[in-house]
Amino acid sequence: MDILFSTVKELVGLAEETGRPISEIMIEQEMRITKRSREEVIGQMERNLEVMEEAVEKGLEGVSSTSGLTGGDAVLLQTYIKSGKSLSGNLLLDAVSKAVATNEVNAAMGMICATPTAGAAGIVPGTLFAVKDKLNPTREQMINFLFTSGAFGFVVANNASISGAAGGCQAETGSAASMAAAAIVEMAGGTPQQSAEAFSIVMKNMLGLVCDPVAGLVEVPCVKRNAMGAAKALVGADMALAGVTSVIPTDEVIEAMHRIGRSMPSALRETAKGGLAATPTGKRLEAEIFGKKAKESVVD
Amino acid sequence: MKFRSVFDIIGPVMVGPSSSHTAGAARIGRVARTLFGRQPDWAEIRLYGSFAETYKGHGTDVAIIGGLLDYDTDDERIRTAFAEAEQVGLRFEFITESEEPDHPNTAKIRIGDADGEMELTGISIGGGKMEVTELNGFTLRLTGHYPALLIVHHDRPGVIAGVANALAADGINIAHMECGRKEKGEMALMVIEVDQIITDSMIRLITDLDNVTQVSILAD
Repeated sequence: MDILFSTVKELVGLAEETGRPISEIMIEQEMRITKRSREEVIGQMERNLEVMEEAVEKGLEGVSSTSGLTGGDAVLLQTYIKSGKSLSGNLLLDAVSKAVATNEVNAAMGMICATPTAGAAGIVPGTLFAVKDKLNPTREQMINFLFTSGAFGFVVANNASISGAAGGCQAETGSAASMAAAAIVEMAGGTPQQSAEAFSIVMKNMLGLVCDPVAGLVEVPCVKRNAMGAAKALVGADMALAGVTSVIPTDEVIEAMHRIGRSMPSALRETAKGGLAATPTGKRLEAEIFGKKAKESVVD
Repeated sequence: MKFRSVFDIIGPVMVGPSSSHTAGAARIGRVARTLFGRQPDWAEIRLYGSFAETYKGHGTDVAIIGGLLDYDTDDERIRTAFAEAEQVGLRFEFITESEEPDHPNTAKIRIGDADGEMELTGISIGGGKMEVTELNGFTLRLTGHYPALLIVHHDRPGVIAGVANALAADGINIAHMECGRKEKGEMALMVIEVDQIITDSMIRLITDLDNVTQVSILAD
C-alpha cells in the first residue's frame, strides 16, 4: 500500500513510532505514490517555495487588482510595523502583512502557489516568512514547513474538503490556517502531537466560516480572511507549544468541519448569493464591476 | 482518495486569482488542445453556472484561451492570452449560458480547423483539479475518485489489451475502465481510472502503442 496515513491519528502515530518529523513522512509518501526520487519531490517543493517568496516580495511592493477592490494593504501594514506602534506584536503583524501581500498578488492575476487553494494562498507563506526571521530556519527546514502543512492538508482534503464551493471558507482559509499552525509548531521544535493540537485549536476557531465573496471575486473578504487566518495560525501554534491541548481530537474536528460544510446553504458556499456578497454595498460593487444591473442569482 | 499528491495541496503554481476559475479553466482548455493534437483555427466556448456568472473577474476566459494555446497554469502569458491568440490566428467566441449545469463550473469547448473539429465538456472541481465529462458526444463517466486517462484509438483487435499490458508492466492498477466507439472499425475511446498518479512517462508509453492516436489526462 502506497498511502501511509489517511488520518491525523495515523500520521502522528507514525511520526512518534519512527521518531521522524511529520514532514519526513509526507516526503516518503509522496515518493511512494509518484514513484519519484527524493530529490525530485523536494525540488518541486523548493520551486513552490520560490514562487511563494516572490509573491510576498511583489505584494510588499504594492499591487492592485483589476477590479480595484483590493491592493496596497500589505504596504500599509509594513509601514505601521516600522512605526513601532504595533499592539499585537511585530511578528504577528508581519505574518498578517505577508499573507495579505500574497493574496493581493493573487487578486491582481499574479503568480502564486495554491495552499491549498488560490483564495487561501496567503496564510501558509505569510506565517512561514514571518517566523523565519525569529527561528532562522535552513532552506531545508523551510521546505519541510510546506511538507508538514501539506500532510495535514492531505488529510483534510480527503476526509472533508478544501473547496469553498463544497465546504465554505472554513474549508479554505480554515484549512490553510490550521495547516500553517501545525507546520509552525514543527519548525519551532514542537512534537508531532503538538502540531496536531495546534491544528485542532485553530480549526475549531474557523468552523462555520462561510464563503461569501463580493461579486464572486477572490478579493472581498478573502484577502482579510487570509490576514486573520495567519494571526490565528500563530496564536494557535503558541498555545500548543505552551502545552495547551484540544479536548476534541483532530480527526473529529475535521469530521465536524466536513459536517458543518455539508449543512451550509448553497448561498454561503462561493455562489456570491449570501453573506457579505448580498449586502447593499456588495451588490452595488458587483453591479459596478461587471457594468450591469446586479444579477439576481448565481447558479450553484 | 481524491487527493493523492502533496502537490495537490501545496500547489499548483498558478496565475491567480482562483484555483477553480482560473487554473482549472486553463487545464480544461489545455486538455482540449492536447486531444485536438494541434493549434485550432477557431474556438467556441460556452460557459455555464458560476463560470458564466463570474468569468470576467476571474480571468476564466483568458485562462481557457491560454490552455488552448497550450499554456500551463503557471504560464504568465495566460494574462495576455487574447493578444497571443490573435497573433497565432486563433479566432474565438465566448457564450454564456443560463441553463443550469450538473456542476457549477462547467465549460463546453468546440474547436476546429480546415481538417476537423472537436467538442469537449470539462468541469473544474476545485484546487485547480478538473475532469472532462464529454468528448465528441461520448459521455465520459468518471467516478471522480481516481486519476483518469483518455485514450483515443482506432477500433482494432488488441488495442485494449496492449494498453492494459503497458499499464500493468509499469505497475499501474486499473480501478475502472470504459470503452466505446461510434462505428465498428472507426474511432474508439477508452477511459481508464487508475490507482496511481499518471506520469508523463506513462502517457508517452501509451502514445507509442500501435493504433493509439491521442492520450490525455482526464482527471488529475
